[in-house]
Amino acid sequence: MNVTIVDYNSGNISSVINSFKEVAKDKVTIEVTSDLNKIESSDKVVLPGQGSFKSCIDALNNIDGLTDTLNEIAIINKKPLLGICVGLQMFADIGYEETETKGLGWISGKVSKIDNQNGKFKLPHIGWNQINIVKDGKIFKDINNNSHMYFVHSYEFIPEDKNVISSTTDYSSNIVCSVEKENIFGTQFHPEKSDKIGLKIINNFINL
Amino acid sequence: MLKNRIIPCLDVKNGRVVKGINFVDLKDAGDPVEQAKIYSDGGADEICFLDITASNENRDTIYDVVEKTSKKCFVPLTVGGGVRSVEDINKLLNCGADKVSINTAAVENSKVVMDSSKKFGSQCIVVAIDAKKNGDKWEVFTHGGRNNSGIDALEYAKQMEKNGAGELLVTSMDRDGTQVGYDIDLMSKISSKVNIPVIASGGVGNLDHLVDGIKLGKASAVLAASIFHYGKHSVKEAKEYLESKGIPVRI
Repeated sequence: MNVTIVDYNSGNISSVINSFKEVAKDKVTIEVTSDLNKIESSDKVVLPGQGSFKSCIDALNNIDGLTDTLNEIAIINKKPLLGICVGLQMFADIGYEETETKGLGWISGKVSKIDNQNGKFKLPHIGWNQINIVKDGKIFKDINNNSHMYFVHSYEFIPEDKNVISSTTDYSSNIVCSVEKENIFGTQFHPEKSDKIGLKIINNFINL
Repeated sequence: MLKNRIIPCLDVKNGRVVKGINFVDLKDAGDPVEQAKIYSDGGADEICFLDITASNENRDTIYDVVEKTSKKCFVPLTVGGGVRSVEDINKLLNCGADKVSINTAAVENSKVVMDSSKKFGSQCIVVAIDAKKNGDKWEVFTHGGRNNSGIDALEYAKQMEKNGAGELLVTSMDRDGTQVGYDIDLMSKISSKVNIPVIASGGVGNLDHLVDGIKLGKASAVLAASIFHYGKHSVKEAKEYLESKGIPVRI
């Protein structure tokens, strides 16, 4: 089996690569590429994302045919896909960071700035926070409720259909911190930086 | 709820830890990778490397250290010291650093913070402020505390937030190395002034100082070096102590 991490100049992805390689060991091949053929032929796809919603969408669009390939994989072929941080946010129809930007539209909803309640909550939301698992997501196999995950973000995904939400975290309000819709998975937190429990989530995804 | 973070810091010179944990079972006490692994296994919320390599020809040693550490530690890794340009930041991130802290370069050229936060995202840009008290205000120092820029630290902190810093690492020059505790007044004033997280640094001598940094200094995270060295306290002990004082930590 092989898992492809999409390298589309979305910022720093070395930690994502390191963590997947650590979990995969020699059993699974981890490819890091922007080559459309390789992405298309892989069994599972990881979509990382750092920086702003707009910069990530722009970076996707900068590679000819990449969004079409991703659509094919996620929507038509229904292969497992994991979006991390802005990778998850891009599932939305629209994002409001920097300027209004159209997302991939895989899960209806929007990405807006976290309400900091007039400065009461610092932004970015940086650090370790507990997740409240609201749905038995496949990537949460053997993960205890209230486990700590590492977050760093200022924007949150607000999906229209609340049934896609698999966990939330408490910061200013209940922030969506993971989604699952059929073959599409996303985490707002960084499993690659969430110590052993984060690696467990990566392992769950690889073993889907 | 969001937890307060404990960040052990290791000084690295020519690719070797200068002061480190002195455990008997440690094969190589000077190996930053091994020390970082002990911290992360012990529950450190992040690891910080401060590169204090003086000579230019040995500066590349830090890249190798970061690369090896990031393959073994799966908690955030912050690297600072001698970061001069967007290209330096790019190199450190590519080696596996999650955040880069910028000190002198941020004072000398504010474009470094603006350009790098735009290019890589605010989440990986930490501005390190070395501040020293002068009368009723604090001034920002550069070049490892050797030069006084004369800039007001509070105003500077606000400006760095505007320029795109994701966090501020605030070190009191007066307290650094003294082990008498953080400059609480400085920490709380900066923390109240900005809406981004503040990491308190400089002066920790015991676990109560960590408590004060969070409760009184209003810091989101506390950084310490020497109390974790030589096995004086483990990260686990520190977290249990903080928890016993009602501070939310990840255990």
